[in-house]
Amino acid sequence: MDETGLRSLRFRREREESWRHLEKLLAQVERRSARSLSDEDMVAFPALYRAALSSLSVARATSLDQALIDYLEALCARAYFFVYGARTTLIGRIERFFAHDWPAAVRNLWRETLVSGLIMLAGAITAFALVSADADWFSAFVPEALAGGRDPTATTQALRETLYAPADAHSALSVFATFLFTHNAQISIFAFALGFAFCLPSAMLIAYNGCMLGAMIALFASHGLGFEFGGWVFIHGVTELFAVTLAGAAGLRIGWSIAFPGDLTRVAAAERAGRNGAVVMLGVVVMLFFAGLLEGVARQLITSDIVRWAIGLTTGVAWALYFYRGRTGEVR
Amino acid sequence: MTEAIAEGSVRALITPEGVDLRVRLAPVSERALALITDLAVIAGILVALTFATLGAMSAMNIEEPRAAAEIIWLLGFFLLRNFYFTLFECGARAATPGKRLMGLRVVARDGGVLSADAVVARNAMRELELYLPVSFLVSRGTEIDAWVILSGIVWCGTFVLFPFFNRDKLRAGDLVAGTWVLKAPKPVLLPDLAEQGTARAVFAFNAAQLGVYGVKELQVLESVLRTGEPSALQAVAERIRAKINWLKGATEEDGDFLNAYYAALRRHLEHRLLFGTRKRDKHDRS
Repeated sequence: MDETGLRSLRFRREREESWRHLEKLLAQVERRSARSLSDEDMVAFPALYRAALSSLSVARATSLDQALIDYLEALCARAYFFVYGARTTLIGRIERFFAHDWPAAVRNLWRETLVSGLIMLAGAITAFALVSADADWFSAFVPEALAGGRDPTATTQALRETLYAPADAHSALSVFATFLFTHNAQISIFAFALGFAFCLPSAMLIAYNGCMLGAMIALFASHGLGFEFGGWVFIHGVTELFAVTLAGAAGLRIGWSIAFPGDLTRVAAAERAGRNGAVVMLGVVVMLFFAGLLEGVARQLITSDIVRWAIGLTTGVAWALYFYRGRTGEVR
Repeated sequence: MTEAIAEGSVRALITPEGVDLRVRLAPVSERALALITDLAVIAGILVALTFATLGAMSAMNIEEPRAAAEIIWLLGFFLLRNFYFTLFECGARAATPGKRLMGLRVVARDGGVLSADAVVARNAMRELELYLPVSFLVSRGTEIDAWVILSGIVWCGTFVLFPFFNRDKLRAGDLVAGTWVLKAPKPVLLPDLAEQGTARAVFAFNAAQLGVYGVKELQVLESVLRTGEPSALQAVAERIRAKINWLKGATEEDGDFLNAYYAALRRHLEHRLLFGTRKRDKHDRS
């Protein structure tokens, strides 16, 4: 049978069957799913995978047939991708995300969250002070398109109307809510991604967000509408501003890790910050979805200032409890 | 074979079992094509969805089809833009349809499990690498604004061109997520050439004739035999005959001679391999 006397050929003839078997199972798994495997095949898979790996090691040491080594490398890599591929089911992953991963990731970012919040606050205070002192500053902070007539020349009556009238008469509430959600979510993903460029752009975006808020407050306060405007903003703003703050914090963490990686290499540091940040960002999108609903629907239907304030404060307390309440018996 | 061209893109990937799998990086061109395919798919889905909704609404006589179309575009584009890539890359193949088409997949750089978090992180960075530059490109301005846009484009260029300036062809998202994009290997088991080179009495090589070449030459010979190009076979056969002082027989075919020499050389080298000496190439005097 072995007329050439080649050990590598004999080796190949003895093992070939198990390689073919593994190949067949792999094709089945990739075409359909892991569940399509029978119980026996499921049990056999890891053994076949390890056998192929060991064949590869032996072949590298003893065989000079390059095609055989190439084949085993490809086979092992494919099996490896399956054996060590993404494992969790989607439902299980979602559960774990809300119960543990997200709050943990947010708590992990507390320092950056504080900084990010302070930057926004500083922006708001600066803009408030400037606009209060000289109303001309308003146009520097709020672009005309966004102001929509809410500028220093508007009358108190006109300003009051913007707080209670539906934002856009001929556009349905649902469209408005959808627009707000997608717009805000995109802005915060943007703030996160910008962190990669050494923090600064993220910080600027957050500060600018704060400036717009401050300028608006100053404008309405100067007409004695401060309390009413507060209700109008904070019914959804607590959630939304918190979300933007978190997105900025995640961005800051990445930029900071790249600039000052500490004991790690820059790449490893960026990687660690990136994974933590990604978890936070997924949650931010969820928060903004709520904010979009509150802003686009609830605010248009509820016109009482007290109720608006109450909803805003409740959401704030709820988020804080959810993220920062001490968890005992937590396992990592 | 392809070995020589691909050598620069081969990377070590150590499995938890401690075996190096020597994986291949995906070329930037194939990744770009995969991205374009995916974007086309996204656009296609949106258009199809809009038409389907509009059709359903007019069939049911519902007012305001415009509002519905707007919601579909806003929400649909948002969801597709952010979750299309993520969902597909979390699946068993770790690849979007575009990547599948090009035979690529996303893999964790440390050789461990590819986590959903990593996939999310690498795709969130797309915002910076793709959508921001595009939005700069389509924005218009004059004077100062034009300069702002221009510097924005230059600044974005840093991220867009990122894959060209590092040896692992990582984009910023890959860097942050700890992933890279590899060629998904396709195992094809070719027949063993030594089986065809059955040792016939005509081809009896002595130790001196087998001692001139090493592993590298053996593998070149293997690739020549597998390609089977007649002119190459002839040229190689003549070179070898001259080198080992082999007199060509009257009925001797180049292919048969090379097959036999390949089998004999491989037996010789593998035999020495078992005793611990690996003759790398013809210059190796060990």
